[in-house]
Amino acid sequence: MKYTLFLYSDEVAFAAMPREQMRQAQAAYMAYTAALQASGVFVTTDWLQPTGTGTTLTLRDGQRRVQDGPYAATKEQLGGYYVIDVPNLDVALHWAEQCPAAQYGIIEIRPSGMG
Amino acid sequence: MQRTEVEQQAHALAARTARLSYGRLLALVAARSGDIAASEDALADAFKQALEQWPMRGVPSNPEAWLLTVARRRQIDHIRSADSRMRIDVDIDLLGLIADDDAEGSSSTDAMFPDERLKLLFVCAHPAINAAVRTPLMLQTVLGLEADEIARAFLVPTATMAQRLVRAKRKIGAARIPFVIPEPEELASRIEAVLEAVFGLFSIGWEAAPQVAISSGKELDEESLYLAGLLVQLLPGEPEVRGLAALIGYAHSRRAARVSSDGRYVPIDEQDVSLWDHTLIGWAEQQLQDARRAGSVGRFQLEASIQSVHAHRARSGTTDWQALALLYTGLMQLAPSVGAAVGRAIAISHVHGAQAGLDCLALVDATVLAAFQPALAARAHLLSRMGRVSDALAAYDDAIELTVDPVLSAHLLALREALRLDQPLG
Repeated sequence: MKYTLFLYSDEVAFAAMPREQMRQAQAAYMAYTAALQASGVFVTTDWLQPTGTGTTLTLRDGQRRVQDGPYAATKEQLGGYYVIDVPNLDVALHWAEQCPAAQYGIIEIRPSGMG
Repeated sequence: MQRTEVEQQAHALAARTARLSYGRLLALVAARSGDIAASEDALADAFKQALEQWPMRGVPSNPEAWLLTVARRRQIDHIRSADSRMRIDVDIDLLGLIADDDAEGSSSTDAMFPDERLKLLFVCAHPAINAAVRTPLMLQTVLGLEADEIARAFLVPTATMAQRLVRAKRKIGAARIPFVIPEPEELASRIEAVLEAVFGLFSIGWEAAPQVAISSGKELDEESLYLAGLLVQLLPGEPEVRGLAALIGYAHSRRAARVSSDGRYVPIDEQDVSLWDHTLIGWAEQQLQDARRAGSVGRFQLEASIQSVHAHRARSGTTDWQALALLYTGLMQLAPSVGAAVGRAIAISHVHGAQAGLDCLALVDATVLAAFQPALAARAHLLSRMGRVSDALAAYDDAIELTVDPVLSAHLLALREALRLDQPLG
């Protein structure tokens, strides 16, 4: 079963992070990704540009509406994700707990609709 | 004529099996497929087939094994016919698992079925399930209660409760919450939610017994005692597990003494101790002693200790209110609740007088107090003891208005009437 871990965090705080701390954060994510790969559960991941670069699209009555910015403005923004392939939710939670974002942000775990 | 009699027998047996074994059967079917809703459908189908076939072909020697086999076949049929465009890999695994079990299912005897209900309990009380729906989910899946009965016990509309249950079951299947007993290192953090939910089950069985138990024919407090015993077997070293088992054991031991032979409610400190189940009290005492040996105090151990003080009256002849006041004070520090606050107020009123009890009640938030029947009843008793008759009469009216249990309601009415007649005229 594939689960996507959506990593939400305060992107403003992230952007203001001192360079040395940023380097440490990157190293933590590289180590986490390596751990997922070594366990054979890694599917894919991405680190997203800030929400200000986002575009929203809707189709209503055949009309395409494209808007600037994210769907909803909240304190935490979607900043990246991991797709992992594990047997059940408990294993997915175990991996989410290891993710650096668990310590400063929020991780939402969603099961894949495709199995 | 004869046919009808056989039919009736088959119906009666199917109904009895449903009542006694529903949770066990559902847990066995769902533990393999991981899908509670589909397992419920499969089991319902199996019961339907039983009603059709048993009258004609005779009742099987092991009805549970028969039902289990049919339910598992139904689930395989369902998976084969389902539109499984994208889930094909998963479902083939599942078929293999179900088929393995199917082979042994038909020849199994009751003793050979493992009790998978503990796994079902851990699924229902999984942290990914909304805490408010955990106990209702246990009532439905483990004990087979209907949504309308659960809704009545939780005082919410049936449609609301049914929707919550459907949503929770959908999530269990879609997010694939595993049917497993957590690993030892995880167990301690997971057990609390299970204990909470089993305690919720017990409270409903105990307090709402007239509304829930009679309509479904189930003895909820007896089931919760059994489940608490199972948890003790699984986790003998967890003090709070033993604390909960002791608490339920003590309460259950007084079952026969709660209502007099002529149907009147009997308060705990007036109950005839010869009606208490002293074997069960001994068992509860043992659980509590084992719990205390672990050296960490918890909420359920304190609640069980309170019960053990009441149980001690069987030997000493009196209730040690001083000890109760201390224990309730400890409980208020560890796990404050309006129930504990009321218990403390009553205990303190026996040690320091009715006014001291009223002072304790005054510490409870007024809106919370006004909605909590035991608090209103306690206030009425205390006002009555102080001789504040008109205040007490009004307080009894408030309490009676909130009382659902007809036996308790009659008890309060009788106290109110006695107080009114006692009042000097003019």
